[in-house]
Amino acid sequence: MVHTDLSAVCRQLRQDVLEMIHAAGSGHPGGSLSAVEILTALYFDVMQVDPANPGDPDRDRFILSKGHAAPILYAVLARKGYFDPAILPTLRSLGSPLQGHPHMHMLPGLDCSSGSLGQGLSVANGLAFAAKKQGKACRTYCLMGDGEVQEGQVWEAAMTAAHFGLDNVCAIVDNNGVQLDGTTAEIMGVEPLTDKFRAFGWHVIACDGHHLEALLAAFREAEATKGKPTVIVAKTVKGKGVSFMENQCGWHGKAPNKEELAAALAEIV
Amino acid sequence: MKDVKYIPQRDGYGLGLLELCKTREDILVLDADVAASTRTNWVRDQYPDHFYNLGISEQDMVGTAAGLALGGMIPYVSTYGVFLSGRAFDQMRTTVCYNNLKVRFGGAHAGISVGPDGATHQALEDIALARVLPKMTVIAPCDSEETRKAVIAAADIDGPVYFRFGREAVPVVTDESTPFQIGKARLVREGTDCAVFACGAMVYEAMVAAEELEKEGLSLRVFDLHTIKPIDEEAILTAARECGCMVTAEEHQTAGGLYSAVAEVIVKGQPVPMENVSVRDTFGQSGPPEALMNAYDLNAKGIVAAVRKVLERKA
Repeated sequence: MVHTDLSAVCRQLRQDVLEMIHAAGSGHPGGSLSAVEILTALYFDVMQVDPANPGDPDRDRFILSKGHAAPILYAVLARKGYFDPAILPTLRSLGSPLQGHPHMHMLPGLDCSSGSLGQGLSVANGLAFAAKKQGKACRTYCLMGDGEVQEGQVWEAAMTAAHFGLDNVCAIVDNNGVQLDGTTAEIMGVEPLTDKFRAFGWHVIACDGHHLEALLAAFREAEATKGKPTVIVAKTVKGKGVSFMENQCGWHGKAPNKEELAAALAEIV
Repeated sequence: MKDVKYIPQRDGYGLGLLELCKTREDILVLDADVAASTRTNWVRDQYPDHFYNLGISEQDMVGTAAGLALGGMIPYVSTYGVFLSGRAFDQMRTTVCYNNLKVRFGGAHAGISVGPDGATHQALEDIALARVLPKMTVIAPCDSEETRKAVIAAADIDGPVYFRFGREAVPVVTDESTPFQIGKARLVREGTDCAVFACGAMVYEAMVAAEELEKEGLSLRVFDLHTIKPIDEEAILTAARECGCMVTAEEHQTAGGLYSAVAEVIVKGQPVPMENVSVRDTFGQSGPPEALMNAYDLNAKGIVAAVRKVLERKA
């Protein structure tokens, strides 16, 4: 029962995210919690990766284009076995390999640095190009935020992936509906996302981004889709799992204090 | 100078890429819909498997190149230097340089000599933008042959590289046998009264200026400072000590380019009077290339005037 096991993993990851952001005193809980199931499905099922050989040139790659969700990626890598989870509380502290936004040369398992929004899909396309040139079967996954697709470069890259038929690219939009200053609907509307990507020549799958079986099915469908790239528009909840953080832009980039952490963990564990 | 041949620097870029693609599978050439201008169309026509046109999308092109480099390829991204260093600056900074990737930036149509297209297309800030980035190597070759050599020499060095080269036919002052080493200033002419450090097409102008002043009994030590980063500190400090004053010449804004790079070395090691030939904190305009160079004093006459000025300041 993959589903049951992964649900336990997700609970652990949510706990890690909240504890590390609390320890750091800053960070981005909302967009980390909305991406928990997506990253869990990828790293604990879908992706062909080996924590003992993080530099394997034939591995699948993951680009966290929404780099501010670094805490969930760090938690996933630690629990997957890339490094000791004991260092998670060093997030954002001086000299820590856990930079505020991911720096690939400081931590094993990171496939690219990120943090300036809108750039990851281009990088994923380049990796996919390289894999095709080299006759490799490996795939590239790229997670973007729904606010992030307000960046114009995302749509340049969307054109590139479709134009060159990069079916080894799978983009995921963490469609949580909330960005730093408010809801995406208020700040700069991005819907209808599925229609937009379809119009750009992509195979589009819409699913519940917190439903592991739905995500796993979507990733299988993406892999089976040939001739065009796939995007999974995953409906998620910002701050998922912590009632007082859910759908609140105020929790985009704020650390829980001691009491808030205790209340949050009580809901998760 | 007699019997000088004129060839566009961009031809050297195209020739260098052709040579690389001939023998290497890992070299890829990317362009943003200006292949006919940058000469990457030569690669497109002869080695189509090595060429991708990404359309008019410089930011995506640079990001894609970063992914290619992460995947073990060596991409040469090519477009006008003004768009490469300006529009795609954040992509250069955070995705390429921060990751220290082997992406090579071919900044074409550098300088005011782009001519009639006018200020929007004249890269006058690209050296400054590129050299301020950690990890970046910055090369401004002096002619088509040196551009060809730079393109080839840069293939295997660690980290990102930015080249700038011009559009117009300019004098060819080096040949196949002229030494070229990244990071090593090339001594063009010995002299003792004043040192001149130039890059790009201004190297030829410095040579003409040296011949002019020789008639008056003044001797200039002329360098082709093709690599602006990492800079050849030894050549600069030795020249400062032995000549006692210095002039720089570049087709670039005064701030942040070759003049600034040389001055940074001088002030920490061997302060001497310096003057410069550059674009004076202003934008260019349309016009015939040579007329523009003359209008902005980017010529031998401008260098002679700068030398006279600095010699007055020399103790």
